[in-house]
Amino acid sequence: MITFEDVTKIYDGQRRAALSDVNVTIDKGEFVFLVGSSGSGKSTFIRLVLREYRVTKGRIFIAGKDLSRLHSWNVPSLRRKIGVVFQDFRLLPGKTVAENVAFALQVIGKPQSQIKRLVPETLELVGLAGKENRPTEELSGGEQQRVAIARAFVNRPAILLADEPTGNLDPTTSIGIMKLLDQINRTGTTVVMATHDSAIVDQMRKRVIELVDGELVRDQSKGVYGYQ
Amino acid sequence: MRHTLREAWSGLRRNLSMTLAVIVTMWVSLTLFGGGLLGAQQVELAKGRWYDKIEISVFLCVKDSKGSNCEPGQDATQAQKDTIRNTLESNPEVQTVFYDSKEDTWADFQRVYKDSPVLADMNADLMQDSFRIKLKDPEQYQGVVSAVAGLPGVQAVQDLRQYLNPLFEWLNVAKWTTIGLSLLLLLAAALQIATTIRMAAFSRRRELGIMRLVGASNWYIMLPFLIESLVAALIGAILACGSLAAVQKFLIIDRAQPSLKSVEWIGWPHVGLAMLGVVAVGVVLSIVPTVIATRKYLRV
Repeated sequence: MITFEDVTKIYDGQRRAALSDVNVTIDKGEFVFLVGSSGSGKSTFIRLVLREYRVTKGRIFIAGKDLSRLHSWNVPSLRRKIGVVFQDFRLLPGKTVAENVAFALQVIGKPQSQIKRLVPETLELVGLAGKENRPTEELSGGEQQRVAIARAFVNRPAILLADEPTGNLDPTTSIGIMKLLDQINRTGTTVVMATHDSAIVDQMRKRVIELVDGELVRDQSKGVYGYQ
Repeated sequence: MRHTLREAWSGLRRNLSMTLAVIVTMWVSLTLFGGGLLGAQQVELAKGRWYDKIEISVFLCVKDSKGSNCEPGQDATQAQKDTIRNTLESNPEVQTVFYDSKEDTWADFQRVYKDSPVLADMNADLMQDSFRIKLKDPEQYQGVVSAVAGLPGVQAVQDLRQYLNPLFEWLNVAKWTTIGLSLLLLLAAALQIATTIRMAAFSRRRELGIMRLVGASNWYIMLPFLIESLVAALIGAILACGSLAAVQKFLIIDRAQPSLKSVEWIGWPHVGLAMLGVVAVGVVLSIVPTVIATRKYLRV
């Protein structure tokens, strides 16, 4: 589903590589933790999958498509196959829960009839049934992240990327979010989650990919956060 | 589509003062630009055949004309005309010789003065037969003038360019000043549109970021901004067209035409052409800055 071949990324005006010579393959339906300290290259990994940046060297394949040969006008169609959630939720203020989720479908031109079906269905899935018409500002952090996950998943993407999704949440709430991501993973969606929350990684026992200073130092199935 | 229109409308309302500023700037600058186009057409029209095609007119004697080469009470004879024509055609400076009979001149006169009461007192006999001469090099007219000026049957030789040059030079200066000023104003209008759209995009940057993330097409993201600037520019263009129509009606038809009849004035077709130019420039000037201003938010 996601393949990195000798991927190196050096940002403009920087000398140090944010990622260097990374080789990794993530299969369809896998759940992968991307771990490492801040600045280790986790976010760069995610942004390269989204084609927010081009690689400096190497190649990335998403569902068989070579991103380095993808023209920028085909980037929107790539992103429709990928859902993303962030630490800071990135919801639209002034819109309700349902409007925030529906927005993702409206702007890619989905017909109203599909939106009416998919939005309640997805809100039900993430456990927000009954809160459709609440403004997102009134929700707790965990609920806001659920809205963000609903928005990322409403178009049923093949890949769900999560960049520190529990970074702003307390441990109990985090567990709820992890259960939800696990549930989404069980529908066949490939989930890649960047995190430095060791408790969660240790508890979930999923594949762990560790980055240190942009280099892939560990790729372990059913791994833990660190060796210690 | 509904989303796009709603976004465009809310953008226009949110930046009402900027939108109004764009409309007014567009209005004034496009009116000036259209005025320049009208002026240019008027100059061309006034030049017409009197200027571009004809360098020298040789007026022949008619019954009532006075002149040292004329026999009083008599038209120039055919023999005289032949001599004059031969002299002209054998001159190396002459390119073409046209003959305008009284009747031709009368037909022209009627066309130019078609709405004037003067026509009632005139007839073909009051016109003069004439030769019109096109020179190879318009600057070299003296030789031709002196060659025919003394021939019998020639009443007068007129080099129109000599009289019209200063007038047209001034008209040209006026035309280019108007167009130059309007270009400066149009530049200001384009920059204003770019600023307005950049502000609108900045205030919606969260939404734009999410739209890009979930895979909205660039076209879809840009369309509300394009519609927003297009609407403002078109309102400005329509106001400018109205102003041009007012100029044509109140200045040219009602005032200039009755007071200066010897000139052929621009009509509605010319105004229509200028309006087309105004609308086209307005559209281009709204689209180009908008595309440039939103590019930063569309970069994938």
